[in-house]
Amino acid sequence: MAVCIAVIAKENYPLYIRSVPTQNELKFHYTVHTSLDVVEEKISAVGKSLGDQRELYLGLLYPTEDYKVYGYVTNSKVKFVIVVDSSNTSLRDNEIRSMFRKLHNSFTDVMCNPFHNPGDTIQSKAFDGIVSGMMVQTASYT
Amino acid sequence: MESLTLTDVEQKYYSDLFVYCDTDNTKKVASNGRVLDLFRAAQLPSEVVLQITELCGATRLGHFGRSQFYIALKLIAIAQSGLPLRVESLNSVKDLPLPRFVVGKNEAEARHAALYQDADSQGLYPASAAAVMPRPPGRGFQNKKAPPSSTSLPAHEVIQPLAPSIDPQPEPTSPVVSPHQSPPTSPPSWRKHKRQPSGGNADRQPVVVPTGAVWTQFREPQAGPVPGEGMWPSHSPPPLSQESWVSFTADTPPSSAIPGMHPSSVQESTTIRTVASAAMTNEIQRQSSGYDDPWKITDEQRQYYINQFKTIQSDLTGFIPGSAAKEFFTKSKLPILELSHIWELSDFDKDGALTLDEFCAAFHLVVARKNGYDLPEKLPESLMPKLIDLDDSAEVPEQAADVGYSGSPVEVTPSKSPSMPSLNQAWPEMNQSNEQWETFSERSSSSQTLTQFDSNIAPADPDTAIVHPVPIRMTPSKIHMQEMELKRTGSDHNHPTSPLLAKPPELSEEAQLPASMKFVAANTVGDGYSSSDSFTSDQEPITRQRSQSGTSPEALKVVAPPPPPPRPHPSHSRSSSLDMNRTFAAASAAGQPQSSTIAYPPAVPPRPLPTQTSAPHTGHRAEAEGASGGGAALTTTSPQQIPQQPNFADFSQFQAFAASEQPSSLPEVDMHSEPGQVEKSSEGAGPLRTVKSDGQVDERVSATVNSAKGSVSGPLGPPPKPVRRRLKSEDELRPEDEQHGPQKLNVIAAVLATQPSIPRSVGKDKKAIQASIRRNKETNTVLARLNSELQQQLKDLLEERISLEVQLEQLRPFSHL
Repeated sequence: MAVCIAVIAKENYPLYIRSVPTQNELKFHYTVHTSLDVVEEKISAVGKSLGDQRELYLGLLYPTEDYKVYGYVTNSKVKFVIVVDSSNTSLRDNEIRSMFRKLHNSFTDVMCNPFHNPGDTIQSKAFDGIVSGMMVQTASYT
Repeated sequence: MESLTLTDVEQKYYSDLFVYCDTDNTKKVASNGRVLDLFRAAQLPSEVVLQITELCGATRLGHFGRSQFYIALKLIAIAQSGLPLRVESLNSVKDLPLPRFVVGKNEAEARHAALYQDADSQGLYPASAAAVMPRPPGRGFQNKKAPPSSTSLPAHEVIQPLAPSIDPQPEPTSPVVSPHQSPPTSPPSWRKHKRQPSGGNADRQPVVVPTGAVWTQFREPQAGPVPGEGMWPSHSPPPLSQESWVSFTADTPPSSAIPGMHPSSVQESTTIRTVASAAMTNEIQRQSSGYDDPWKITDEQRQYYINQFKTIQSDLTGFIPGSAAKEFFTKSKLPILELSHIWELSDFDKDGALTLDEFCAAFHLVVARKNGYDLPEKLPESLMPKLIDLDDSAEVPEQAADVGYSGSPVEVTPSKSPSMPSLNQAWPEMNQSNEQWETFSERSSSSQTLTQFDSNIAPADPDTAIVHPVPIRMTPSKIHMQEMELKRTGSDHNHPTSPLLAKPPELSEEAQLPASMKFVAANTVGDGYSSSDSFTSDQEPITRQRSQSGTSPEALKVVAPPPPPPRPHPSHSRSSSLDMNRTFAAASAAGQPQSSTIAYPPAVPPRPLPTQTSAPHTGHRAEAEGASGGGAALTTTSPQQIPQQPNFADFSQFQAFAASEQPSSLPEVDMHSEPGQVEKSSEGAGPLRTVKSDGQVDERVSATVNSAKGSVSGPLGPPPKPVRRRLKSEDELRPEDEQHGPQKLNVIAAVLATQPSIPRSVGKDKKAIQASIRRNKETNTVLARLNSELQQQLKDLLEERISLEVQLEQLRPFSHL
């Protein structure tokens, strides 16, 4: 369960950011922004070696005392960043990977929409739904 | 208490009721007061109520939990239907009408009942509504739920105020008035309402109102579209709508068949409750089967969609690409965001293209939106493209509509905007506003389902890139081979075609080079084969066979590819040629597949490498690493090749060509005439040299090969590898590592190809035929071995590549983490 999910375009501007509203959203925005540096570093490093196949899932970018940041880059340099609460220890790497996979699939669906112009912010309800499903459930059902 | 299975309608109905009774908002327990009032409203004898309460377990528990409540409701329905109250009948009774509650608490229900009543009964509505009209308390309840019901019917709103006002009055007489209300219909309407608790399509009203017939369809949306007054609970809209409909119904004949049901149902409803319930049941069934889907596309709509689809894509089974669809739907002047949402809903398989079904769904949604209906969150079931191409494919579009959509699940998803049902009724209006339609380019929607869609997908073309080399040998090589054969057999030595043969062994390399360059793949292989043939026949039938077999598969490849580009690493080509020499020598000597295979590849530089590497391996293995190994190799190969002198001549020619083709960039070719000059970087030159030297072809070839290997290894430097490895590494560096195998095969194929030609030329000669047959067999064996060799080489090469890559990776500075 993430507390913040962000999609950043190739040119490093955000296409989509969503945080658990209860917390200071600005803090998450800042965290995502700083994590971009780590992402860039990782992809530039990996790209040099084999060149043909680069792992899309970047793994834990950097942990802080409050939360952990995971990254994922597509082949078109679109980055997905997930921020999870550090206290959420039950979250395994595989789960993070599956979350990224779902995000990627949803993102692909959004891109397939002919009415969506690449570079626009993502306004797809389906994508929102997927992201909501991944966010921390706060006071879920009533 | 046995488990309770509820239909969707019942589920919604009961949940609505439960919410209504859940005054404490606990979501778990229905307040006894409300429940009891509700039960009283069911107009059942009190003892029956008591019995029900006991049966559902509330007596045990002391309160009405959700399950108890549901069971109780079901029992009420059973009781109302006149069936005996039994626990086991809970799930056994099929098509049980929803329990009806007349009194205000269930005003919603009453309203639903009223709603569901037919348009005909609408006339009764006011009265019934009055009777059913929730009394103030009920109204309050209605208020709770009213908001969601949308304003689909402005008329509703108008009527609403009336209704409430009317409500109180008939209340006391509600039972009496029931006939007016035709309560039986309420369950269905209720159900529908419940299905769309959040219809909330206030904006739909205009469209809906005019179509009285819409009413039936509206029922479902009714839940939502309750006039915005909020007076009416989600399920209450029906009454209003009904009232409004009353007027409309009179005016507008129901567009759908469903309304037709109403009269009957209405009439029934006028009967006693039990009777009404029966009628209601029927009506419900009819209704549910008929219109329950507010999003259903009528036939005329569907036909229109299909026509529109045709304008874009004439093939009804094809797709509309996203871009075309975008243009089309943009004409509807809807905001891009909404169009995007519509696309998300309708592109069921997320492929970026619309099939006929998807297009119909999208079009329908656009129409709905233009008429003020809100877009659903999920694609309505009736709009979902059928996944199995059962009906549509066979049926005409209009039929498809029926099949596809009428057959859709009875239960309408609540997400459907309530006003959608009216869409169908609004259709007539829409038809009037044809300009809206015309805004869209006419298209016809293919009624094909997804399956058809799938079938439309062009089946993957059989891999045209046939990997297996076809042993189509270039004529020259064949002729060459034939000539070789003839030569061997003592016939005139005619090498008309093959430039190789045409020239004496001393062919100037340059001269040969150009020619051979062209042939390169073909000739070299062929020549090699022919030469191999020539000498193999004499000494190494196997070799020949190998070459031939190799030629056949490779002939095509050999012939087809243009002259191999100048080798960056002459050694490769050289080595291959050298290898080939060795191969031939070895083959002749030992019939080793490697050598033979190596001999063949010279044609294509990168490809032959593996062959070369493999071939030289046998010979060059002795050489081991190092350029100096060449000498040793020479010695090793020389002896092998020496006995094949006669063939060598040919072979050398072949080699020369092979070499010549490869090392276009090898200036040292000439220099390499001496075996001792193995070290020369002119790996390619080596073979050329051998060609020149003719008799010493073998040695030279070997030398060249060795030198090639050496040079190969030299440049590689870093990882000292066996000669073969070096070559391989070079090969790795080249992109076509894996082509070596095919190269060999090409060679073999060429050989094979050439071979058959020979028998033909001498077909008359039985012996020749037999000889050729034998040669063919030998070639087959050779080729088989060559194949295995190549495979092995391939694997080795890949391994080397991987290791190289790993080393490379390690050597790179850790610039990153």
